[in-house]
Amino acid sequence: MPLLKVTIDNIEVEVEAGTTILNAARQIGGSVVPPAMCYYSKLEGSGGKCRTCLVKVAQGSAKDPRPMPKLVASCRTLVQDGMVVQNTTSPEVMEARGAITEFLLLNHPLDCPVCDQAGECHLQDLSYEHGLEETRTVEERRTFEPIDIGDKIKLHMTRCILCYRCVMVADQLTDQRVHGVLGRGDHCEISTHIVKAVDNDFSGNMIDVCPVGALTDQTFRFKSRVWFTKPFDAHRECSKCSGKTVLWMKGDEILRVTGRKDKYGELEEFICNSCRFEHKELNDWTVTGPRVIERHSVISQNHYETTAFSKLKKG
Amino acid sequence: MAKQILLKNIEVPGLAGFDVYRRLGGYSAVEKALKGYTPDQVTDEVKKSGLKGRGGAGFPAGMKWSFIDKKSDNPRYFVCNFDESEPGTFKDRHIGQLNPHQLIEGMILGSYALGANAAYIYIRGELFYVLNIIEKAINEAYKNGFLGENILGSGYSLNLYCHPGAGAYICGEETALLESLEGKRGNPRIKPPFPAIVGLYGCPTVVNNVETIAALPWIVNNGGEAYAAIGTGASTGTKLISACGHINKPGIYEIELGLPVEEFIYSDEYCGGIRNGNSLKAVVAGGSSVPILPADLILKTAKGEPRLMSYESLAEGGFQTGTMLGSGGFIVMDHTTCIVKNLLTFARFYRHESCGQCSPCREGTGWMEKILMRIEGGQGTMKDINLLTDIAKNIEGNTICPLGDAAAWPVASAIRHFREEFEEHVKLQKCPF
Repeated sequence: MPLLKVTIDNIEVEVEAGTTILNAARQIGGSVVPPAMCYYSKLEGSGGKCRTCLVKVAQGSAKDPRPMPKLVASCRTLVQDGMVVQNTTSPEVMEARGAITEFLLLNHPLDCPVCDQAGECHLQDLSYEHGLEETRTVEERRTFEPIDIGDKIKLHMTRCILCYRCVMVADQLTDQRVHGVLGRGDHCEISTHIVKAVDNDFSGNMIDVCPVGALTDQTFRFKSRVWFTKPFDAHRECSKCSGKTVLWMKGDEILRVTGRKDKYGELEEFICNSCRFEHKELNDWTVTGPRVIERHSVISQNHYETTAFSKLKKG
Repeated sequence: MAKQILLKNIEVPGLAGFDVYRRLGGYSAVEKALKGYTPDQVTDEVKKSGLKGRGGAGFPAGMKWSFIDKKSDNPRYFVCNFDESEPGTFKDRHIGQLNPHQLIEGMILGSYALGANAAYIYIRGELFYVLNIIEKAINEAYKNGFLGENILGSGYSLNLYCHPGAGAYICGEETALLESLEGKRGNPRIKPPFPAIVGLYGCPTVVNNVETIAALPWIVNNGGEAYAAIGTGASTGTKLISACGHINKPGIYEIELGLPVEEFIYSDEYCGGIRNGNSLKAVVAGGSSVPILPADLILKTAKGEPRLMSYESLAEGGFQTGTMLGSGGFIVMDHTTCIVKNLLTFARFYRHESCGQCSPCREGTGWMEKILMRIEGGQGTMKDINLLTDIAKNIEGNTICPLGDAAAWPVASAIRHFREEFEEHVKLQKCPF
């Protein structure tokens, strides 16, 4: 198969047929990669929903150079040979991304100070990069009571951005899915049907795929801010999964166990609940060394001046 | 009297029954097509007719059919979109309730042209009584050999099913309809691929509106060219308009496309003028989602030419000074109407019906409704009016399906044409009506 040539923000890259714009951008890396709140490469059918990865297709292909009439979701649009894409170089895209960020934050409680996800939250990163400096809404926010789905997972529906990732994990990783999306529109909610516990060996991965603090680990709840813990790669013999994890430690204490995430926040491998929740002693694990967190996140940022959006505003 | 194609026999008692329909010449198009035409010839007639999709988007039906993937080994499906739920639109129900056999005949013709051996009528959940009528008609068609195996000895077989939705507006979006028909949550799919390639159960599928399908028997009987001779050339044939609001004679009218809007509103043959001799204030010409136009712009285009009931004339001037024919839900408002309150009603509808899948529509529709509620309730600010315009702009074009656009257009157009009225609400801190 010949490779397809695509230009994203004036950088050319050659990719295989069937690659999406987002994945082509990831092959280039750096600032041309659009943010993705709902797309997850390991989950089939994910993406297209949050609209944060919208980009402009300035030229459809070499054969048909017409631009696409609307911005397209880069995670679900396939590359054509000779396609020219604008991401951060298009003011229209940056404006739309700011708008989407505003929509995602509209009903979000902004309770980062008490949210376990803070510091590794994709919504926090997104609003840092693309959010407005002040809110334009005065309306009452949509609220839900937090609920326990099983004894290990807490669901804060108020923080949810309805990315559907956890539903897909449950659908594709486990049998007998017991939770999904109920209702419609801005009154949608992720829920178990008639308050049922989510109980299976891989349900904990729902926590890892959640881009925000809607699904959090009850065994880690309020124990520490993530930036005060130190991540280490570790592994153990496990009959259910690869046993390859990251231990989040404070001193000699393991506060939390998660899967290993790449720089886009996606799990390299899904891990089982036993590794995640039940092995919190250091002698359960072989620690191989410190984990480098590659993802560019709030905790590695200092101030607004460096963000793409404010640069663009200044021209 | 205008040419009657869809409503010609509608007042004949017992038309919903097979015998009366047959006696009036019904199913002759099926006989003609199955005995004398190849499937491609039927498609050609429809292409020649220039028939445009009557559901709202106005996409040429024949062209839509020609996109179907004929190389695929998978079965093909033909689906009728009977999820009519746009506020102001109630034309499809009329056909389904009073003339179901015309729809069934159209389904047979469409399925034959596309090579589908199974077809579905997806009907809105609230129209349960219509579902019963259609199911009865389907049974009669089976009994008389127009459905089932080897229809009329032609070797062509078709099974037709009527499936009720659960009453969601979003399931009128064709891919959400297909999801719902498959038994899933009615979320629109991300396109491409389009249904003509990957549709129902992953197979090539065409989805058409009830009115589009009901026009097929006449086109096959009389030829595509005869149909194309009606109308303006660019907009061919007749269109059902469901007229409601402050007019003397609300109801469903069949018009030849190209009828002047002024004649439609004021002539006794159609709406019969504005109630109580009031003056016309505004018209929503094609169902709640199309831009609202003030009286001067609906009667005449910005260039001063008379506005006609046709796809191209209503769209004249773009969204700045024009609108769309849409689904034909014609909502007339006289000078006693509060535009803000009307808009609030529309906004509430779209908030309620948004599927919640993509963020701009899910969050934006709710936000717009809350702001409009405040303005109408006397708590709005001047900033809110610009904010509304901004939100509408941010939703438009950024969503998975057209529901986002449908929610944004009424807001943007109402503020574009009636800004003073919004400002008055803010200044008075109450609704002036």
